[in-house]
Amino acid sequence: MAEPATELQFDSAAALAAEEHEVAIVGRSPWYLAWRRLRRNYVALGSLGVFIAIVIACALAPIYARHIAHTGPNETHASESVEVNGKERPIIAGGSVYNPKTNTFKIRKVTILGPQWWHAGGRYALGADNLGRDEAVRLLYGGMNSLMIGIGSALICTFVAVGLALLAGYHGGATDWFVSRAFDLIWAFPVLLLAIALGSALSINGFHHFGISISPGSLWIPTIVISIILIPYVGRPIRGQVLSLRQKEFIEAAEGQGAGSFRVMFFDLLPNVISTVLVFFTLIIATNILTEAGLSYLGAGVRLPNPSWGNLIASGQEQLVSAPWLVLVPGLALVVTVLSLNIFGDGLRDALDPRSKTKVER
Amino acid sequence: MFVFIARRLLGMFAVLIAVSFLVFVIFILIPGGDPAERMAGKNPTPENVVNIREKWGFDKPFYVQYVRMMQKAATGILPGSHGQYDVLRSFQNQTNVAEQIKRGLPVTFSLAIGAATIWLFFGIVVGVIAAVKAGQWSDRLITTLALVGISLPVFWLGIVVRYFLTEKPAHPLFPDGGYYPFTKDPVQWAYHLVLPWFVLAVLFIGFYGRVLRSNMLDVMNEDYVRTARAKGLEPKLVMTRHVLRNSLIPIVTLFGLDFAAVLGGAAILTETVFELHGVGWYAAQSVGDLDLPPIMGVTLYGAFFIVFFSALVDIVYAFLDPRIRPA
Repeated sequence: MAEPATELQFDSAAALAAEEHEVAIVGRSPWYLAWRRLRRNYVALGSLGVFIAIVIACALAPIYARHIAHTGPNETHASESVEVNGKERPIIAGGSVYNPKTNTFKIRKVTILGPQWWHAGGRYALGADNLGRDEAVRLLYGGMNSLMIGIGSALICTFVAVGLALLAGYHGGATDWFVSRAFDLIWAFPVLLLAIALGSALSINGFHHFGISISPGSLWIPTIVISIILIPYVGRPIRGQVLSLRQKEFIEAAEGQGAGSFRVMFFDLLPNVISTVLVFFTLIIATNILTEAGLSYLGAGVRLPNPSWGNLIASGQEQLVSAPWLVLVPGLALVVTVLSLNIFGDGLRDALDPRSKTKVER
Repeated sequence: MFVFIARRLLGMFAVLIAVSFLVFVIFILIPGGDPAERMAGKNPTPENVVNIREKWGFDKPFYVQYVRMMQKAATGILPGSHGQYDVLRSFQNQTNVAEQIKRGLPVTFSLAIGAATIWLFFGIVVGVIAAVKAGQWSDRLITTLALVGISLPVFWLGIVVRYFLTEKPAHPLFPDGGYYPFTKDPVQWAYHLVLPWFVLAVLFIGFYGRVLRSNMLDVMNEDYVRTARAKGLEPKLVMTRHVLRNSLIPIVTLFGLDFAAVLGGAAILTETVFELHGVGWYAAQSVGDLDLPPIMGVTLYGAFFIVFFSALVDIVYAFLDPRIRPA
């Protein structure tokens, strides 16, 4: 007679874990998993490093100006000279040269001092511009302005867009209709054209409405203009995500528990879209820096003599043949910055949402 | 179908009104101060300011001002000569803004058509290669090039291309900027536009390639593609007939909107760099002098064009793809 098989026992999870050579089971948050994926993407991490290095370099502009270049971003030295390897060299040679004997002016070809790297003791490392200003100092200060506008407008744009998207996507109805039509309205304009329109309209007297007062030359003008224009480009996709998320059970559960709309929006919906928001934020900084450059190039962004990478390129274009570095250097800075952000943003997207990267079966 | 078209057209008119009102807010209300003095330009005579105030209705409520602005924008398009205050006029040289925009249209149109052909063709080629060779080094190269493409500031690229290809060499292969009318000599026309076409297209090639690549990879995992393979269809035919065709739908939408945007003034930077006297160039020239009416005109007409074009794309689309038609 066989024993009846009634002694069927279930091992507890703890007993099973103990059997497996005492390996503790560790819960891993999605953030940790994303970080683990990102950690292996050396190209993306390297790009982040490059971008941080550029930000630090531009933030140190005042120190560079004072202790290495010994000149400010707007100080002109057109009639001075600088010691290069023990020899005096004029910063700007040629032009109209006065001859005191004959009391006449002679026009000679203008040559602007080119990049000296370290030969002039840190001065004019990247050459001078047409007014004898130190290009390296202007490049760093310009970068500071460009980055401040790029990051600042990305912050404003993302905050407003996410807020509107949550509001529209969660509440639906009239709110959704109103927000979506507002997005459509901005979407109807070509990006740069609307930016120029707003930028130049605000450059006349600045902005003095609703108790807010911004003067015409302020950096706030390009920052706000750019953030307004790109709001629909961030808001639309996030609204779509929120729309599909609010149909899910966990939202119903939260509402059933009596959670208010604020709580559902910011504690249930927001954590579910935050990875998309992060990716958009990275990529929108890159877009904003490019838009700012285009705007300043056309003269509707940062106003001279305040430097930015865009208007440095614009003013360098006038001396393109005699001093090509004035266009090449700020342009390269712009390309490297934007490229590093784009590569990092791409890596971040792959790390945060591995499903978005479609895998092919072969 | 008729209901769909009627609704789409009605929506279009609503957006047109909203767009024009936004333009009105930007140019008349936001700057503050006396709009009449602003419109009169530098060193205006007092009677000039009074005339403008009266004709534009700046002493009347905002809706009267809005209607008058739209009247002037509409009269400007009509042929014939107009009075000084009946149309939008540049306050730098008193020219009719609408006429200047009309003059710029052939240039902008030439730029847009050539660049669009190039970016569509290369975008599709690049996307298909990247998708077919997904995971291989050529895919990685193309993705990298696409990233570089979208990171390049178009105006800087234009300046550099102009410098190294037309200004620096002793015997340049390409002419240095400027526009040659198509009606005079089509060959010279294309020859003068080759550089701007490619510079403008570079922006889009990478982007289109990436979009098409990811679309194709998605479609490749669809059931009907598996079916096509399973029934023994040649892999090439599966790629062209099934995968590529279905992946092109979003590309067509994207293309319609981008093309409209370029026509509506989005090529402003390319036109400025290559001194092509198109619509965008006209707006850019006015930025320096803060000459508002031309910028206002280009923004207004540009936005109108885009709204009109996107409605057109939607309607054409509904004809082509029955799924899009609402029930």
